[in-house]
Amino acid sequence: MVVSNAKSKSFLFHALIILFAIAMIYPLIWMICASSKIGPEIFQSKSLLPKQLTLENYRTGWKGISGYSFGSFFNNSFQLVIFSILGNLLSCAMAAYAFAKLNFKGRNLLFTLMMGTLMLPKHVRLIPQYIIFNKLGWVNTYLPMIIPKFLAMDGFFVFLMTQYMRGLPKELDEAATIDGCGYLNHYLRIIIPMSVPALISTMIFTFLWTWNDFFMQMIYISRLEQYTVALALRMFIDSTGSNAWGALFAMSTLSLIPLFLMFIIFQRYLVDGITAGGIKG
Amino acid sequence: MANTIRNTTRQRKETMAGYLFLAPWLAGFLLLTIIPMFASLYFSFTRYDMLTSATWIGLDNYVQMFKDQKFLKSLEVTFTYVFLSVPLQLTFALFIANTLKKNRRGVRVYRAVYYLPSLFGGSVAISILWRQIFNKTGLFNQFLAVFGIKGINWISTPDTALYTLIVLAVWQFGSSMVIFLSALKQIPADYYEAASIDGASKPRQFFQITIPLLTPMVFFNIVMQVINAFQAFTPAYIISNGTGSPLNSTLFYSLYLYNKAFSQFEMGYASALAWVLLVIITCITGLLFGSAKKWVYYD
Repeated sequence: MVVSNAKSKSFLFHALIILFAIAMIYPLIWMICASSKIGPEIFQSKSLLPKQLTLENYRTGWKGISGYSFGSFFNNSFQLVIFSILGNLLSCAMAAYAFAKLNFKGRNLLFTLMMGTLMLPKHVRLIPQYIIFNKLGWVNTYLPMIIPKFLAMDGFFVFLMTQYMRGLPKELDEAATIDGCGYLNHYLRIIIPMSVPALISTMIFTFLWTWNDFFMQMIYISRLEQYTVALALRMFIDSTGSNAWGALFAMSTLSLIPLFLMFIIFQRYLVDGITAGGIKG
Repeated sequence: MANTIRNTTRQRKETMAGYLFLAPWLAGFLLLTIIPMFASLYFSFTRYDMLTSATWIGLDNYVQMFKDQKFLKSLEVTFTYVFLSVPLQLTFALFIANTLKKNRRGVRVYRAVYYLPSLFGGSVAISILWRQIFNKTGLFNQFLAVFGIKGINWISTPDTALYTLIVLAVWQFGSSMVIFLSALKQIPADYYEAASIDGASKPRQFFQITIPLLTPMVFFNIVMQVINAFQAFTPAYIISNGTGSPLNSTLFYSLYLYNKAFSQFEMGYASALAWVLLVIITCITGLLFGSAKKWVYYD
């Protein structure tokens, strides 16, 4: 009696959790199915699965806007993402090393200021930054988005890595000092190899945030040639009208695949990163 | 003597190294944060369209705000969004995390599925999907039709448009859930065992053990989510085609600021808006930190 009660309780638990989970991801499943349906079937048909599976929407969508295919938009997004990752890995790790492992006058004050920038809305810097980048002729290039990354302006990652490096065993630092190992050596040979998990978290979140970013890309990029996936999708709504939902959903689905792959490959680091910093995925 | 000299040279070396490693951040902090911040404070007292030079108009921008109906509306919209979406999202996150905390069979898969929306949620693709879901013929109305309810176009009705965006925010509870899950795992099992022996029921254990021990994490989440929610932009822009329509009901603060700065090129006014946003966020985080003593439990 007790056993069957526990069993039915467990069954109820799984049933409810699964039901709610399906409700949660139903919109995503629906979009994927809609992207492989033939035009009018998307809104008329009551069934989720397409009557006839077609890749037509993907073919039409991929052609893109005015001669620029989604191949070009994906390529642009990847370029932006790769340079952003490089910038964050280089500069945030350096700053974190200084904050976590070196003792110098003004360190605590600077660290407090850095933490303060985490709470600063981007808008208070936005307009003067735009004016500066415009004067430098950087509008319609990716530099306004990439250069700040090389200057460690994503304070969140500095914080994440500082926390991580502080947690590394101190004995190693002492051993390095006794061996007469310079700071650069200490950093490159000991700290960086040991901080790989934090570096991977930084990489993943830079990828996700840059890929999903729309605000900055819209402000700085107005030439189709340089359009990223996010900008192209937005443009697609206007240029194709409401009868091309199929193609729009097809390209939307494609745009989520890189995020999904990151999730599959780096799931553990993703969870560690969120937990360490308590941030939005 | 020799020792102190060695120590001071070591110290000087370490200071040098510290500032060298910090150099990129220092440069960015100065050139891309401090100077732009003061510049935008200055612009907020001017009329400036980027073509002609800025003219000083004192407090005019700030005074004008109080008569600006759109500004007042955007405040109302943003505050509604923040104060509904953040608590709802965190409640969901906490509840689901608590349900999924035990390592049962299949639980890892459930966690992954619940997390997925927050991975995708910020993207343009999902905003586009949302526009469709809450359309007249959209997925949500198809679902209502099963129960014989005829739904409206939720996106183009002023009374409901904002709520579709709040649903979108709550849908992304996954990342907060992950944070709560890791915090839950750190609560020692003996606390619950002791409570069980004393005869405390499961709900009572939840409210008397779990919740108090989780308050530091809840607090941290509230602060970060509130700051983020005040700056929300993409979904409102995509759903309303950048206008904040219908009847400005999705005119997020960020969207209004963007339109002022980059559609109407009122850089002075937009700078003033940015500073008001900074003041609002600072006040609210200040209030949150002030309230923390009363309800956040540190052991």
